[in-house]
Amino acid sequence: MDTGRIKLEEFRLVPEHDLESPAKRSDHDGIIKLISMDDIDMELDFIGFNISLVNAYRRIILAEVATMAIEKVYMYNNTSIVQDEVLAHRLGLVPLKVDPRFFEFRNKDEKEWGAQDSVKYELKVRCSKNPQASDKETNPDILYKDRKVLSSSLKWMPIGNQTDIFQESSMQPLHDDILLAKMNCGHLINLEAYAVKGIGSDHAKFQPGLSWYRMLPEIKLVREVEGEDALLLQKCFSPGVIDIITNSEGKNVANVNDARNDACSRNVFQYDNIKDSVKMTRKTDHVIFYVESHSALKSHEILDEAVSIMIGKCDLLLSEIEKHLEMDADT
Amino acid sequence: MEANTSTEKPDKPEPPKVVAMVYVCGECHAENEMRPRDPVRCRSCGYRILYKYKKRTTRLIVFDAR
Repeated sequence: MDTGRIKLEEFRLVPEHDLESPAKRSDHDGIIKLISMDDIDMELDFIGFNISLVNAYRRIILAEVATMAIEKVYMYNNTSIVQDEVLAHRLGLVPLKVDPRFFEFRNKDEKEWGAQDSVKYELKVRCSKNPQASDKETNPDILYKDRKVLSSSLKWMPIGNQTDIFQESSMQPLHDDILLAKMNCGHLINLEAYAVKGIGSDHAKFQPGLSWYRMLPEIKLVREVEGEDALLLQKCFSPGVIDIITNSEGKNVANVNDARNDACSRNVFQYDNIKDSVKMTRKTDHVIFYVESHSALKSHEILDEAVSIMIGKCDLLLSEIEKHLEMDADT
Repeated sequence: MEANTSTEKPDKPEPPKVVAMVYVCGECHAENEMRPRDPVRCRSCGYRILYKYKKRTTRLIVFDAR
């Protein structure tokens, strides 16, 4: 297990090995700390794990956790200025509230749209004059009705027995204010769209959310920085990282408040008078991991799915090894 | 699909009658019914460039949302 640090210098990163810690560190297995979590965002600390494990989870979240998105658009009429293929592409990117765990992957050769693998939507809008608008009105948003085609006008059309299983409120787009097209008086859009289950490696529209990680930053003040220089030093780091305290001698000196939030910009190296006052490192075995949902799945559900995909991969590997061993034993 | 046919289809020209043609404004896309000798001017915005109305097909076209 790597227990080192990376030192941030002006133009390079220098690996730095912690001399005291290897023996101390290697006897524990690693800790996972939940820092914060809500439906959208989640922040976790992976302490004492190899960074490639964390990266594996990130890659699974981006490329392999399934969600639902519109895949085919049956265009009957579109006289808006948005071209058919552009409109179809925009529809594909609309996040849907549909829970992918209730659906199967659709067979590519399948011609029919089945209740178990697809969701149908209809978009029928026609822009018309608003009779309530005054004669002096010049704002086209008021002058015309349905000028803005929003994701809320996508209407769910149940296939087969879907009405018995789902409610309309759980099948609509996740946000009802996504602008799909703008129309002028007389324009109309009439189309049907079919959503299927898919994964991010096929198309980014299927990505359940974002995931990223960074190594824990550490900032050490090597010498005392006071007065004007302290204010300058504070400006070199992210807000809240450096604060200014009054020390026992009554001087205003810089103090590291919370290095965790630092963006590691290295701005401090611009100033010759203070650049020797700090030592910045990142801990390679302390990874801050973020998950951010922008789909029907909540942040913790995304991680949950990623972990079960990882378990599946590990099981596959183990069964392959076992098969190989059995073959060796037979011969 | 619906309600797109009544005003937009130009009538078959019958020589003695004065026929109205539908033109689309180049500025505001409003449909203007025009007769011969009418001023070339959009009725809703006053723009002076009008285009012949071309009806889009209402046949089904399938697109990949990609």
